[in-house]
Amino acid sequence: MTWFLYITAGAFLAASALSSREKTKRALFKAWKSFVNIVPAFFSVLLLVSFSIAFLPERVIASLIGDESGFTGQILASVLGSLTLIPGFIAFPMAKMLLENGAGIAQMAVFVSTLMMVGVMTAPLEASFFGWKATILRNGMAYFYSFIVGYAVWTAVTL
Amino acid sequence: MVFVSIALVLPLAAWRPSLGGEAVRLLGENILMVLGILPPVFILLGLFDVWIPRERVAPHMDESSGAKGTALSVLLGACSAGPLYIAFPVAEVMLRKGTSLRNIFVFIGAWSTMRIPMILFEIQNLGFVFGLSRYFVSLIGILLMAYLLDRMLPLSEKGGIMDRFREE
Repeated sequence: MTWFLYITAGAFLAASALSSREKTKRALFKAWKSFVNIVPAFFSVLLLVSFSIAFLPERVIASLIGDESGFTGQILASVLGSLTLIPGFIAFPMAKMLLENGAGIAQMAVFVSTLMMVGVMTAPLEASFFGWKATILRNGMAYFYSFIVGYAVWTAVTL
Repeated sequence: MVFVSIALVLPLAAWRPSLGGEAVRLLGENILMVLGILPPVFILLGLFDVWIPRERVAPHMDESSGAKGTALSVLLGACSAGPLYIAFPVAEVMLRKGTSLRNIFVFIGAWSTMRIPMILFEIQNLGFVFGLSRYFVSLIGILLMAYLLDRMLPLSEKGGIMDRFREE
């Protein structure tokens, strides 16, 4: 995918440069400015993410919400999902493994939902764009809604 | 913010140096990966920002576009590629071109929960019923939340956001 991105960017950049050097310069300047603006927040997020992945290996996660059932398990799952920023390619196989090892459907649904929608780690970045009020509101609502998602998915699967 | 996060992780690294080292290694990997994606994305965004005037975008996506604009936001979010943190710069450019704040929230919501490649992978791992039910309940959720966010944010806050991104 990265190659595709570079080729596309290169192609459009070339086209732009041919049509208007002025506009192209402006575009590049804007790109650079946005990039520089975002670097600190990015770094914070990556720092937190790397540490959370290193300190919370799969085994630990599995032991926390694997066999847990009931509401406590859901709470734990939701907290974990909110805190972490595991890419989907890792999260889904992990959830599958957890399900096979006894985790509940509702717990996994809550986990996946909070994983995607709630981001305590990405909050600094989000806040730099939308302000803290909006960030807290959106994440808060997403957190609670994830429990509804959990219930709905559980209903759908067990029916 | 950088200092806060460093302050947060330093005790962890001191507590378990070996894991701390692993984390730093991961950090390096992640940084490289992100640096790999960012330049072309920002270049494309910069080009879009400069070449596509507000008049082209706003009619489709602003306050007055109603359901059509919201549907478009969902579609754009669902067809996106890349992690969530890419969504924010894209959202910024969309805001500058006149997209309503509510549609932005829908866009981000769709990006995080409804991406097409991810749903396919999810179904593969967790099952058809799981994936589809979560997908549709999430769709309702993001629309609801975007609407509520729009209503609940005080005008001053919304004004602040829009001002930050006003078209230059």
